[in-house]
Amino acid sequence: MTKTPIRGPCSDFNFYSKIMPNITALHMRHIRKVFPGVVALDDVSFDLKAGEVHVLLGENGAGKSTLVKILSGAIQKTDGEIVLFDNPVEIDSPKQAQKLGIGIIYQELNLVPSLTAAENIFLGRERTNSVGLIEKHTLLSSAQHILSSIGLQIDCDQPVRSFGIAQRQMIEVAKALSLDARILIMDEPTSALSETEIKQLFGVIRKLREKGVAIIYISHRLQEIFEIGDRVTVLRDGKLVGTRMVYETSQAELVKMMVNRELKEQYPRHRTDRGEEILRVEKLNRKGALRDISFSLHRGEILGISGLLGSGRTELARALFGADRIDSGEIVIKGKCRKINSPRTAVKLGLGFLTEDRKSQGLVLSLSVKDNITLSSLDLFSRLGVISNKREEREAKSFIEQLRIKTPSNHQKVLNLSGGNQQKVVLAKWLSRKADIFIFDEPTRGIDVGSKVEIYQLMNQLTAEGVAIIMISSELPEVLGMSDRILIMYQHTIVCELKSEEATQERVMRYALGAA
Amino acid sequence: MKKELLIQNSRQLGTFVGLIVVTAVFWILSPYFLTISNLMNIAEQASINAVIAVGMTFVIIAAGIDLSVGSIVALSGVVLAGALQASLPVPVAILLGLGVGALCGLSNGLLISFGRLPPFIATLGMMSVARGIALFYIDGRPVSGFSAEFRSLATGEIARIPSPVIIMIVLYILAHCILHWTKLGRYTYAIGGNEEAANLSGINTRMIKTTIYALCGMLSGLAAVLLTARLNSAQPIAGLMYELDAIAAVVIGGTSLLGGEGTISGTLIGVLIMGILRNGLNLVGVSSFTQQVVIGSVIILAVLIDMAVRKDRTILLAKGIIK
Repeated sequence: MTKTPIRGPCSDFNFYSKIMPNITALHMRHIRKVFPGVVALDDVSFDLKAGEVHVLLGENGAGKSTLVKILSGAIQKTDGEIVLFDNPVEIDSPKQAQKLGIGIIYQELNLVPSLTAAENIFLGRERTNSVGLIEKHTLLSSAQHILSSIGLQIDCDQPVRSFGIAQRQMIEVAKALSLDARILIMDEPTSALSETEIKQLFGVIRKLREKGVAIIYISHRLQEIFEIGDRVTVLRDGKLVGTRMVYETSQAELVKMMVNRELKEQYPRHRTDRGEEILRVEKLNRKGALRDISFSLHRGEILGISGLLGSGRTELARALFGADRIDSGEIVIKGKCRKINSPRTAVKLGLGFLTEDRKSQGLVLSLSVKDNITLSSLDLFSRLGVISNKREEREAKSFIEQLRIKTPSNHQKVLNLSGGNQQKVVLAKWLSRKADIFIFDEPTRGIDVGSKVEIYQLMNQLTAEGVAIIMISSELPEVLGMSDRILIMYQHTIVCELKSEEATQERVMRYALGAA
Repeated sequence: MKKELLIQNSRQLGTFVGLIVVTAVFWILSPYFLTISNLMNIAEQASINAVIAVGMTFVIIAAGIDLSVGSIVALSGVVLAGALQASLPVPVAILLGLGVGALCGLSNGLLISFGRLPPFIATLGMMSVARGIALFYIDGRPVSGFSAEFRSLATGEIARIPSPVIIMIVLYILAHCILHWTKLGRYTYAIGGNEEAANLSGINTRMIKTTIYALCGMLSGLAAVLLTARLNSAQPIAGLMYELDAIAAVVIGGTSLLGGEGTISGTLIGVLIMGILRNGLNLVGVSSFTQQVVIGSVIILAVLIDMAVRKDRTILLAKGIIK
């Protein structure tokens, strides 16, 4: 029956905002982190001012996460100094970090779905009355107070399950604030959000900035940096490349700093001549998910599908692939009307599906690179159920070379590969199966700039060979840059089809928001 | 490279070291323990659990569990015994026993794959149903006394190796090959590792799962054949707690209850450790009550060590020492 008082939400903010922005909230000096055999961080210095959004940028493996993990107490630095508001500190545990006012919002959110927003915010710190019951009213009003201070109007008494990812993230932010966080670390907060949700999140971030919270923001999306960042620090191979004021730099400069080479084109689409029709969908319906969907797809083309989260994009992909049942409608593949009632049928008909969530749907993480590559095509390497090891190995090796998958060997578990390489393994799986209708759902989510371009080049190569691609993406520049035609979905149906020449970000967004 | 391999296989090595330690302890405690005849004895006693544990390994790698194997042993046993008493030819009677087991397993599989029941529930139900039918079938009384031809399955020897041991060895080689060189084996790992991804890769996950449970049931039937031949009797209360012995052997052998990982050789070592413990404790004169305590503790200890090793591995992975 402990009586833990709920701390006054955001009580200290005014103090910081008065003396901002010149106060340095955090100074990390000459940080070095050595893992046996690997130098993960080498003499990296980084500072953060109260009331600024400082973006950390770098390819996967550049050392961003290591730096952030040191700050959040998850791992300890080998060498260097951390100074927090002029006091040197040692951060030896996540708990210690929390005490020092460092909050972190992870990509995988840490909320209990069945508890309400308010309960989540104060989890473990519930104020109880004299008989040990939780004072629900205090809990609710405190939670509401914090949430409205960051401009979020939601019912705190609803279970977290009922909120979207964006709102959940903000509940996490509120939780950090309730712990008096003065430094907030956000690790790719927008990777799962739609454009409108991103706008909402940015609104919250701006409010936090006004209040003097110092924010470390990790993102792969370059255009976001210019929208929300004040300063940007680039890391490469564990070393500091440089820090720039956002208004002084450009995308091109940042990319160059990250990869140490100029990426000629971010979206290197080579248009190929449109071939024969390979897929036609007519009046596809699925209750509550899809409404009267009709479109066609030709060999050699990339058909982009744009729309907000929940507009039915992923549902369409799943229905085409036989993962969800359809109520009515026709799917015509290579001239023949087909019934696809399981992924198995879809695969047999030549479809390949690169799912939105690679780890939970695309890969068997506990299996090796080779086993994942041949997972769909074992039929081709086996007789009477017995696998020909030699041919399988050869197949996997050829794709590892062809797609330049970075792995020490065929037998490495995919678990240990980077995001970009994992995506290539999924791609290899479908190439091995000789699929000729690819559905890419968010093909470059969570993938660094260098690998992104490689994936785009592979898409080009595929279409040049006569494969047809449906590409679902939340990233407008990607849709505009890579698609030959764009379908825009809104409320479970296709509201518009645009040729790539007539599409602009504004136009696509307008349709996606339902404004014709 | 060598160091990597060593760490990669540390789990297997650990179980093997466990086997050697247990052997060494009993060797010191009892001079009779490490004689050929006793070792054969151990292998023969362990063979029944060994046969069941093969099926259990497949089930657990596929992220499932089968609690009904013990009851299936009883049911297959009494059906087999009934067939033998009705003077059916021995091969037919054996096929009947295997068939009944496979049928029980099949219905487990169908309930889990198509009825979408959790494996725990489906096989818990089957555990009771099969036992009940066994009791009903021969009215609760044991059936004893079979032809020498049938009993030779247990009493026979080839090159002084008891036939159950030979059956066990053949079965383990076969199971190892299936797990590593066939689609069924690969799909078993894939389903246990990530069923959704396996399904979206076009694998007929339902059929594979059904097959695995049917296989597990059939192997329980085979265990029933060996048990009945050895005891020269079939009892409806046979096979009590066999599911726990089998699960314990599989887990001691390093197969993860979360699925996706495990080896058949590990299971064999697990079976042998269990068998040696039973035999050794008897030789040393530990009471059967105390034996249960010791065996239970060993299971817990084995899994604790396993978890520590795995955690270690994750740390090593994170630090980039091993890939």
